[in-house]
Amino acid sequence: MSVEVRLPTILRAHAGGSATVQADGETLGQVFDDLVARFPGLAGQLVTDEGSLHKFVNVYVNDDDVRYLDKLETKIGPGDSITILPAVAGG
Amino acid sequence: MAVYSDITELVGNTPMVDISKLSPNPRVRILAKLEGQNPGGSVKDRAAKWMVEEAEKNGTLRPGQTILESSSGNTGIALAMIAKLRGYPFKVVLPDNVSVERRQALEVWGAEIIPSDAAGGSNGAMRKAQRLAADHPEWWFPYQYGNPANPKAHYESTGPEIWRDCPEITHFVAGLGTAGTLMGVGRFLKERNAAVQIWAVEPPAGEMVDGLKSLDEGFVPPVFIDNDGYELLDRKRVVSPRESVEWTRRLTEVGIFAGISSGAIMAAAAKCAAEIDEGVIVTVVCDGGWKYLSTGVWTGDLDEVVERAKRVIYF
Repeated sequence: MSVEVRLPTILRAHAGGSATVQADGETLGQVFDDLVARFPGLAGQLVTDEGSLHKFVNVYVNDDDVRYLDKLETKIGPGDSITILPAVAGG
Repeated sequence: MAVYSDITELVGNTPMVDISKLSPNPRVRILAKLEGQNPGGSVKDRAAKWMVEEAEKNGTLRPGQTILESSSGNTGIALAMIAKLRGYPFKVVLPDNVSVERRQALEVWGAEIIPSDAAGGSNGAMRKAQRLAADHPEWWFPYQYGNPANPKAHYESTGPEIWRDCPEITHFVAGLGTAGTLMGVGRFLKERNAAVQIWAVEPPAGEMVDGLKSLDEGFVPPVFIDNDGYELLDRKRVVSPRESVEWTRRLTEVGIFAGISSGAIMAAAAKCAAEIDEGVIVTVVCDGGWKYLSTGVWTGDLDEVVERAKRVIYF
């Protein structure tokens, strides 16, 4: 099942310059594996060698931060959209 | 009505107002805490007051010493007001892409503005301030992102005020910038009632600030890490500039003239209300709308306003 993934500016160069790409998977981890298979430059950018989300990456499924859902195990369904953003401060 | 000896005594004790008229669920009440009522005009008066007074007490801030901080606006404005009142020269590193009124408000209090590149956003301003602070150990650098007095202000004031005024609270929904409000209030409320849900709201800032060269330039505030933010929060949602502007406009239906970040928080509070069966949500209105008039938020064409909002930092 294919879902849309929105990439931040700093990762687009690794995906042929696209702001949005399609990827397959039933969990977020599977979607990321598929993304890295398609765009090897993304390896290490999203998931660390230890298998957790990169410290400075925020990933949202339908606007919800996956760190407060099931992280990389978060289920992805038809019509879901995934947004990846670098962590930025405010104040 | 008491007479206060000093304007900083007016920081805190802000009113809460029922805005359930905006709730999409009749079984969910929504209460807004009006932080724009603080004398400096925003919730940041609390962190600024606590950071300054803590440093005065422990001697790291001495009479006449220069204060340096980075800010996208409100913390800078709050510190500038207190600095002027107490005779500290104040310098603020401010990203170029803040609203003109934030800059003007800083000038009101005589702050010296050190500009930083818009493309680097708040992260870039913070790193510039860190470099300047390292070069000038004679200045006091409060460092709001890592100063324990920032969440402490909310643990000791905002949290207890909410608990006093609304012990029936089930959900607290607030913006995530330095994490001070969420960590301080969140910890206080969970200690009183572990069932209270703490929801964080943020803008898609990482999309709007496109000058980051690599992910390693990203930033998670030490205030968030030091307070176990990943454990303390129950939910975190990103709210688009369009929803933020729409809800900033809707807040006027209940007589609330607020900044754009408050619209973002209200958008998330409305979604929370729609998702739960029943409850009482407390949200934070961070500041008034005055500093955003130039962006045309209330009256301009929605598409144009949203595009403009994407180019200014409003958190």
